[in-house]
Amino acid sequence: MTRTARRTGVAALAALTLIGIAACSPPAKTSDSSTTGGVTASSATSAKDLGGMSGLVEAAKKEGTLNVIALPPDWANYGEVIKGFQAKYGLKVDSAQPDASSADEITAAKNLKGQSKAPDVFDLGGAVASANTDMFAAYKVATFGDVPAALKDANGLWVNDYGGYMSIGYDAGKVPAPAKVEDLLKPAYKGKVALNGDPTKAGAAFSGVVMAALSQGGTADDISKGVAFFASLKTAGNFLPVDPTGATIESGQTPVVFDWDYLNVAQGVKLKGKMDWKTFVPAGAVVGGYYVQAINKDAPHPAAARLWQEYLYSDEGQNLWLKGGARPVREEAMVAAGTIDKAAYDALPKAEGTPVFLTPAQSDKAKAYLTANWAKAIG
Amino acid sequence: MSLHATRRRRQAGFRWTVVGVIGLFFALPIFSMVEFTTRAPGGGRTLDTWATLFDLGVIDADYPELKTGILASAGLTVLTVVIMLVMLVPTMTWVRLRLPGLRRTVEFICLLPLTIPAIVLVVGLAPVYAWVAYFLGESSLWLAFAYVVLVLPYAYRALDAGLSAIDVKTLAEAARSLGASWPRVMWRIILPNIRTAVLSAAFLSVALVLGEFTIASLFSRDNLQVAINLLGKRDSSLAIAAALAALILAFIVLVAMSFVGNGRRSHRPEES
Amino acid sequence: MLGVLPFFAYTTIFLGIPTLIVVIGAFLDGSGRASLGNLSALAQPQIVSAFIHSVVLSAVTAVLGAVFGALLTYAVSTARAGGLLRRLVTSLCGVLAQFGGVTLAFAFIATFSAQGFLTLWLQKSGIDLASTPWLYDWDKGLMLVYMYFQIPLMLIVFLPAVEGLRPQWREATESLGGSTWHYWRHVAGPILAPSFIGATLLLFTNAFSAYATAAALISQGSPIIPLQIGGTLSSEVILGQENIGKAMALGMVAIVAVVMTLYVVLERRTTKWLGS
Repeated sequence: MTRTARRTGVAALAALTLIGIAACSPPAKTSDSSTTGGVTASSATSAKDLGGMSGLVEAAKKEGTLNVIALPPDWANYGEVIKGFQAKYGLKVDSAQPDASSADEITAAKNLKGQSKAPDVFDLGGAVASANTDMFAAYKVATFGDVPAALKDANGLWVNDYGGYMSIGYDAGKVPAPAKVEDLLKPAYKGKVALNGDPTKAGAAFSGVVMAALSQGGTADDISKGVAFFASLKTAGNFLPVDPTGATIESGQTPVVFDWDYLNVAQGVKLKGKMDWKTFVPAGAVVGGYYVQAINKDAPHPAAARLWQEYLYSDEGQNLWLKGGARPVREEAMVAAGTIDKAAYDALPKAEGTPVFLTPAQSDKAKAYLTANWAKAIG
Repeated sequence: MSLHATRRRRQAGFRWTVVGVIGLFFALPIFSMVEFTTRAPGGGRTLDTWATLFDLGVIDADYPELKTGILASAGLTVLTVVIMLVMLVPTMTWVRLRLPGLRRTVEFICLLPLTIPAIVLVVGLAPVYAWVAYFLGESSLWLAFAYVVLVLPYAYRALDAGLSAIDVKTLAEAARSLGASWPRVMWRIILPNIRTAVLSAAFLSVALVLGEFTIASLFSRDNLQVAINLLGKRDSSLAIAAALAALILAFIVLVAMSFVGNGRRSHRPEES
Repeated sequence: MLGVLPFFAYTTIFLGIPTLIVVIGAFLDGSGRASLGNLSALAQPQIVSAFIHSVVLSAVTAVLGAVFGALLTYAVSTARAGGLLRRLVTSLCGVLAQFGGVTLAFAFIATFSAQGFLTLWLQKSGIDLASTPWLYDWDKGLMLVYMYFQIPLMLIVFLPAVEGLRPQWREATESLGGSTWHYWRHVAGPILAPSFIGATLLLFTNAFSAYATAAALISQGSPIIPLQIGGTLSSEVILGQENIGKAMALGMVAIVAVVMTLYVVLERRTTKWLGS
């Protein structure tokens, strides 16, 4: 018996030692990050620190690769943005986990810390960005001044990049065009209406419920009418609890989708010729949301990450997002300077009414309400 | 003998009915995938999507990840099957022969990977893989270590069923009394007798590796399913076609493997 | 003892340590201090019902999958060894056993949803499958989808056992005057029982922790535990819940441990007569 006990003891001790070792991270590889004038790329706070744009480009080219995460090609035209960046600077862009949520991006950065596949840059929802500022590196792009003060961190830790309004996309050939949100309760939409995700998990779905609330007479402070709307949608048998994807839209399984306008517009463009996918933003219920750019503090390719930011906030990058139906954050400045892509700008879905952007306090209140009531409403 | 014949006929009828009904259930969703990928814009059918998929020039140029993904998955399959067999077969035989008290422990360990969803397992695997990356580099091939763990529950069941069906103790003792070393016993006596079980375990490993998505994706590594997923972001029809092609590929691989298993039996005289 | 060392070393590193990291995480709060808050959060009604739904879903699909799978296995085993039918069915089952995730969910949606081809086809014959969105209910559609990989899995893990049935035993039963029923009740049944129960256990845990397919099919409400865990890890709306997710995983391990104990008891009973 003592022998077994001793053996078990040794085994347990060995196990604990292993856990202890594993819990600590392996020694960091000495990074051969580009140095220019004594400043490493990972601590550069603007292009000037690396000797201007040409210095930055040189440092980035030496790194050769950029790791991006959670950027599906049909999301705000990221496909073309990535291609444009690759063509302009000759860098390879490694796009991982296109389905990742904002929280998954942060998790990936933590899981892959110190490895060459860790994400260099993030494109996050506002809530996740605010909660994780300790993971970002401050950087001010050349056009930093063009971004309105409310839409950026003063030190450049994070900057809004593009935004859109909540919309309803629908297959014009299959369902009648809805003029108001409550039209969706009609029998013509039985088993056809989908929301892009669960509002307690996905930012787009969350905004969708807010939009429904606003359209039914609710306010940004009280979204109960939105949850009630979806509950009635479920009772009417019109609500589809499935996640709409490109495949489900194309195959006709989800003919009506609540999603950001740029995503619905992109579907329409992708399916031109196969399906007439239209997008409309309900009048008087315009809910807006911006996404946020940030650089990973432990980016394996810091210079490339900073060059990517410069590209995104240049006229070229901003116009490519505009082409995808999203509203670039430098909108005002570019319209004033005449550098905006006029055709794409005019093609944006019309939004009648003042856009509503939820404040953090309103968001928290709405989240608490959803946590308590959403599952019950559509369960 | 007529009893045999009646039974054979009844068995055949039973066999075809069961396979037919269950086969129909399996066929329906596959058919829906085929239906979706052959839709033409104005109604009617077209093979355009499939033509694009097999146009290797286009695939290589537009979707380079598919090639890297396929190669990574091929390597992962081989590595996983080898490590799994080397790890499990001797261990399970040894437990049966010498350490029956450990049987439940091994069984629980081999069930544990299935109790935790992969999304949570990744949280625990991340620090371990940080060390793997430090010592062995960051190739997708080292995912095989995690895949072997994932395949343990299935492989254990298949091998356990096979080992239960033969009298391991007698066989091993007989071989040992005739002077065979332990490796020889494993390789020449045990392994041939659990051929079906080993094949089943290998089948499941191959199918698991070719179908695995979550862990590879969460570690931002390349593999077949990750590549197909990326493909799907640009063209849904192509993605479904690629997924279906991957299923057919896995099917062909498994059919080929089944010949490896039974091929020898028909050529060797019975070893009694 | 030395012979099993490689196995234990390997599983300690690649299974034991990750599991322990998760388990330890379940006892930490958001700022890394020890706390039982996550465990008490498990008592919330929606999480408790998610656990119950998961257990029911897994048990039902395990038993049904085992029964239909066993039927299929026996049917296949009566085919000629090395013949085409057996090869094809076994390979097909090998592939389908691991088929899941977004693609499987899509295939079922394209077949059975309100706009699915089967629904539309049956509507022409007057059968209306589209009256309710049953496909997206955890206790209807999801169970059907799970059967799609449970049955093939059963075949693959059970076939080696069924193939171990010697034809001599059948002949012996018959020569002693036993009928088919006798054979199954007193000879083949008890011999296959341990493998059958073991396979059912595997099916249970397989369904219990399956995530990707459910996530692609049911996007609203997280009725089962893996979806709840996914929500804690990936939600962009409600943040900081990762450790509750780990506590849920710990709960899952505990449930499987209980189920496995039941299995051990059951198996011991059925193998008693074999004397081994």
